[in-house]
Amino acid sequence: MAEAAAIAAESLAGSKARAARTVLGQVVLPGEELLLPEQEDAEGPGGAGERLLRLNPGARSRVRVVCGPGLRRSGDRLLVTKCGRLRHKEPGGGGGGGGVYWVDSQQKRYVPVKGDHVIGIVTAKSGDIFKVDVGGSEPASLSYLAFEGATKRNRPNVQVGDLIYGQFLVANKDMEPEMVCIDSCGRANGMGVIGQDGLLFKVTLGLIRKLLAPDCEIIQEVGKLYPLEIVFGMNGRIWVKAKTIQQTLILANILEACEHMTTDQRKQIFSRLAES
Amino acid sequence: MKETPLSNCERRFLLRAIEEKKRLDGRQTYDYRNIKISFGTDYGCCIVELGKTRVLGQVSCELVSPKLNRATEGILFFNLELSQMAAPAFEPGRQSDLLVKLNRLLERCLRNSKCIDTESLCVVAGEKVWQIRVDLHLLNHDGNIIDAASIAAIVALCHFRRPDVSVQGDEVTLYTPEERDPVPLSIHHMPICVSFAFFQQGTYLLVDPNEREERVMDGLLVIAMNKHREICTIQSSGGIMLLKDQVLRCSKIAGVKVAEITELIQKALENDQKVRHRKEGGKFGFAESIANQRITAFKMEKAPIDTSDVGEKAEEIIAEAEPPSEVVSNPVLWTPGTAQIGEGIENSWGDLEDSEKEDEDEGGSEEAVILDSVKMDAGVISNIGSQDAPIVLSDSEEEEMIILEPDKNPKKIRTQTISVKQEKAASKKPMKKRKKKRAVN
Repeated sequence: MAEAAAIAAESLAGSKARAARTVLGQVVLPGEELLLPEQEDAEGPGGAGERLLRLNPGARSRVRVVCGPGLRRSGDRLLVTKCGRLRHKEPGGGGGGGGVYWVDSQQKRYVPVKGDHVIGIVTAKSGDIFKVDVGGSEPASLSYLAFEGATKRNRPNVQVGDLIYGQFLVANKDMEPEMVCIDSCGRANGMGVIGQDGLLFKVTLGLIRKLLAPDCEIIQEVGKLYPLEIVFGMNGRIWVKAKTIQQTLILANILEACEHMTTDQRKQIFSRLAES
Repeated sequence: MKETPLSNCERRFLLRAIEEKKRLDGRQTYDYRNIKISFGTDYGCCIVELGKTRVLGQVSCELVSPKLNRATEGILFFNLELSQMAAPAFEPGRQSDLLVKLNRLLERCLRNSKCIDTESLCVVAGEKVWQIRVDLHLLNHDGNIIDAASIAAIVALCHFRRPDVSVQGDEVTLYTPEERDPVPLSIHHMPICVSFAFFQQGTYLLVDPNEREERVMDGLLVIAMNKHREICTIQSSGGIMLLKDQVLRCSKIAGVKVAEITELIQKALENDQKVRHRKEGGKFGFAESIANQRITAFKMEKAPIDTSDVGEKAEEIIAEAEPPSEVVSNPVLWTPGTAQIGEGIENSWGDLEDSEKEDEDEGGSEEAVILDSVKMDAGVISNIGSQDAPIVLSDSEEEEMIILEPDKNPKKIRTQTISVKQEKAASKKPMKKRKKKRAVN
């Protein structure tokens, strides 16, 4: 009986699996199964042939596929874990079926991802590590040696409550994430403690991704308004500082409002602001 | 989960902004955030939104015996819940200091001000009185919970209708809403809380602080007042020293704000009353806000299906198919009181999709009825499944397998005299579909 049930489940899932290539940009739902281009061949007319998912470079296909946020590899299957639009990025070399697949979703809760640049708040100093709140399920740890120029003698000046702009070095499921404020060459590269002024506010993760896109118009338009300093954290936090409190407040409110505005509405508002 | 800490730079910025008489959301010092009041389908249910803070109020009533020392008075009960949904920092099932403080303030504001006539809640003195219970749930937390909760409580009480009762001699009759219209509670006045946050030891004052302002404030003054400018409760917390002038000024501001809010509440109640009377059986309250054309809606448009050559196809399939072997399905009695037909209970959800399509194709519902009541027998599979084995592969054979209910239960199958051929048609169809799908893939 159990066997029959297993077969049933298998076939049910099998019938629903869609090819990842055909649903790019479409909405996928949690629990859905996706087929990578290599798998499609195996699933073709031959039917029950080989169904192994080649996530790691194998003998037959050398492509490398990366599961981004919202996707999970489960055995030899590729499962969707978030509701949103499926996105794909070709690998650097181009061609082939590899590259990165991920799901663009609307959410506010941040889940640490290795390599993400985030803004954290120092919550505690204990021995030689700082505990940093990044909005995830647990605080990240940050070694005092992970700052540019820091040595055992020369400790960085970090107080509880300070803002830290850093990068995730380790971010695994069920493990404490670890942050650093230096790149692989030991350079700060913009990371470190953020100044004492300015305003920190939270927006949705989708808006942050939109703002950080390489050709984002919003940022260019905002830059024309006032001279400003701004830091975006992938965890949905934005720190902004302008000359006066009033300007800082305006910038913060504009960025927050940008999420639900069309391009025309946004241009109107920006032009009105530029006049005043 | 722990509360997100407030960074030093936020604190500094907020205080500096307050010194410059500026607030994060562009409000003036004495401005309230937008208040929105919406009602549920039933009486006594409302949602109050104060900016992003959201409170759900629900009133219920019960006939209970009164307290010994107050034989002729009804009982009022208030309960505010801070769920984790409102903010991750709230722990479920624990009475935090904040929760106790808010609940006590609410009770003082609404019960001790005698805004509800408890005498009118008495049914039989010393025996039966109404207990009115007000449940308030915080749905989202963005500061100033107490103002939103007090508005939600009074709105829900004003909106509530209790069942009518009549007493004739010893006999107490409780009428359903159909028999007699439910009666509203008698409310003398509407006490509403107004919060004032103080910064820099009382130098600066803000009305209706939001969550971040609450975090940097030094002290809080809550004044509960009704529109006749009678103070119902006043509470100062945070341990700051306030001057007499400051308290007087706050009470003046509170008077203005309470008048505005009371007007808003009355308008909302009137509007709801109008909608309810006009649309008999129509939608009102939250129901109005549920859209059909959304991805989350439970409705789906009918999709047209091409049925031009269904007849021939069916014939073809019938011609190809072999009659299924006799299925003997004797009910199995495992323990007294239970019965099972066939060999096990399979989930037939996967089939529904197909069976629905078939439905439209054939214009009949026999298949659906059958498929819904399908319980498989492994014996049948080999018979039908074998023909298409190479294509179907490991596909579940459930779809093809059909067991008719034993004849003793004929009501379930509408057309009892389905010919063997038809049964086969029904059983073969899903396989065809499947074949096509594969090809597409």
